[in-house]
Amino acid sequence: MEPFVRVHGGVVPMNRVNVDTDQIIPKQFLKRVERDGFGQFLFNDWRYNADGSDNPEFILNKPGYEGADILVAGRNFGCGSSREHAPWALGDYGFRCVIAPSFADIFNGNCFQNGILPVILPEETVQQIIEKAEKDPGYKLHVDLEAQRVWDDSEEVVATFDLEPFRRYSLLNGLDDIGLTMEREDDISKFESQRGIHGGVVTG
Amino acid sequence: MTAKTMFEKIWDAHIVHEEEGQPSLIYIDLHLVHEVTSPQAFDGLRMSGRKVRRPDLTVATMDHNTPTWDLSQPILDPIAVTQLDYLERNCKEFGVTLYDRFSPLQGIVHIIGPEQGHTQPGKTIVCGDSHTSTHGAFGAFAMGIGTSEVEHVLATQTLRQFKPKTMEVRIDGPLPNGVSAKDVILAIIGKIGIAGATGHVIEYTGEGIRQLSMEGRMTVCNMSIEGGGRAGMVAPDDTTFEYMRGRANVPQGSDFDKAIEEWRALATDEGAVFDKVVIITASEIEPHVSWGTNPGMVAPVTGRVPNPDSYDDEGDRESVGRALDYMGLEPDTRIEDITLDRVFIGSCTNGRIEDIRAAAAVAEGKKVADSVYAMVVPGSAAIKAQAEDEGLDKILTEAGFDWRVAGCSMCLGMNPDILDPGERCASTSNRNFEGRQGKGGRTHLVSPEMAAASAIAGHFVDIREW
Ligand code: SF4
Repeated sequence: MEPFVRVHGGVVPMNRVNVDTDQIIPKQFLKRVERDGFGQFLFNDWRYNADGSDNPEFILNKPGYEGADILVAGRNFGCGSSREHAPWALGDYGFRCVIAPSFADIFNGNCFQNGILPVILPEETVQQIIEKAEKDPGYKLHVDLEAQRVWDDSEEVVATFDLEPFRRYSLLNGLDDIGLTMEREDDISKFESQRGIHGGVVTG
Repeated sequence: MTAKTMFEKIWDAHIVHEEEGQPSLIYIDLHLVHEVTSPQAFDGLRMSGRKVRRPDLTVATMDHNTPTWDLSQPILDPIAVTQLDYLERNCKEFGVTLYDRFSPLQGIVHIIGPEQGHTQPGKTIVCGDSHTSTHGAFGAFAMGIGTSEVEHVLATQTLRQFKPKTMEVRIDGPLPNGVSAKDVILAIIGKIGIAGATGHVIEYTGEGIRQLSMEGRMTVCNMSIEGGGRAGMVAPDDTTFEYMRGRANVPQGSDFDKAIEEWRALATDEGAVFDKVVIITASEIEPHVSWGTNPGMVAPVTGRVPNPDSYDDEGDRESVGRALDYMGLEPDTRIEDITLDRVFIGSCTNGRIEDIRAAAAVAEGKKVADSVYAMVVPGSAAIKAQAEDEGLDKILTEAGFDWRVAGCSMCLGMNPDILDPGERCASTSNRNFEGRQGKGGRTHLVSPEMAAASAIAGHFVDIREW
């Protein structure tokens, strides 16, 4: 996994609450058996008109937001389906970081598995960023995982964020969870050998 | 000894390794696999030369992509075929049991787990699917995971998890007539909101839950994720054990009785403390209908579609307005005045035998409205066979319902069953997100009874007056 240390980049403001994973990547694209190539389908049903042309009203299609690294959205981002295709699509499109007042649990975990940093900031700060980025497509943010800090070029927005130290460490170093767990092979085998005859039945 | 909740007992019994500040390493007893969220995980294993650690604790099925038309007909979508072939190949290569399209044991992953006795109290159960919470109805800790975690479980039979918080949702008193498990969970989500249980494992308690059958408890637990919950669970009791007794894959004979003793001990101890408690009075729950584009946007059938202007929060105002726009509804419309084009009865929420019986009981001797196309899709091949044994298919087809082959069907429209843009559907599934049942499709979540009655009336009706 690619490590995440810091990013300085453009911001796409998405002023919606409860953006669910069915919107991030609609189900008709989940049939692919690869992990990449999902970026073209990101927010498909909002992004394209019925005839396949770009919907000019949708934020990703507005001029100036191309190549942005950071998506900023309303609370409870990523709710609904567990599909990891959602962070795959965000990452494939080019986003490295999503900022919101809160995230749904499974989506939050899936981001960390894919080198995307979900940052939780207070609702007012998120609103402030959204307003600035809506006014100015050239608006940029710094997101520094090492310092756990977010700020803009003019330093009008400056905020810190919390994160479990383990998550931070894994992301900074691009560590693969499976590799880490494999080192615990002995513990797993021991656990298995001590289980009751019913396996799943709690015997302790 | 300190009093523990059921979740804490199961969690503690599955800790393989713990370290301060790190997620715990939790052992997984059952890993359910389906075609959509597994191909990239198996690929990952292959790329790093890893095996499936416990193929004996892993079970796969085909459900999301499979058409629900007659099995003798081919699948027309080449990409769906690729995904199904992949699963078959992966299961063969890694030695995983697969209930394929033609297996008499095939069905929606969350239906066949309990049906085939894989789902048992006290187990930790995962699947690359958010509705894995369904299995918690047996007093298991069951949750949905992403594909990277699927790979992690395949390789190690464990999962790294920070311990979630606990939440009790208590339904006090008996449920009124005409109020089903679906109404209970829609009412709960309506009350706590779609993020109300984020970070928490819900335990459903109280008389209103105890009186439910296993099917009903599964319906409730199924939608825990719709309230943001990590998992949902119900303490196992005689209802649970009677449902399980004699099924394949459960302990048999005296082993079963011994197991029951252990399972009973899982119940939350007296005096155990939940991080959060929500209490709902059963007698106040009415049949529910969703009007918007998330499962928290619900109203009693006697109510009206809300008016965005009545919300204080700007985010709410905006999202309610957007939802009504998408749903093609005027503010303040009476729910009973909403007319329908389609009705879908099925899914892992309400595709079990009891649901089909309920629909058939409502439909018997009646006719689906001319303006409505209605379909019933059993959740598994076994349920289909049982329903046909009971003659339910006859009652439903005579009433004008289409009777289909088992699968996820129009719950998410990854197979040929989809809504056309603008079509309005009463659905017994669990999600009404934009485009979930087909781009531009409009979904209203309801119980099977309400769905069947609305199919006949052509609009929503109060099942209590049916
Ligand atoms: S029926 Fe619907 S919710 Fe259930 S597993 Fe299938 S797609 Fe998911």
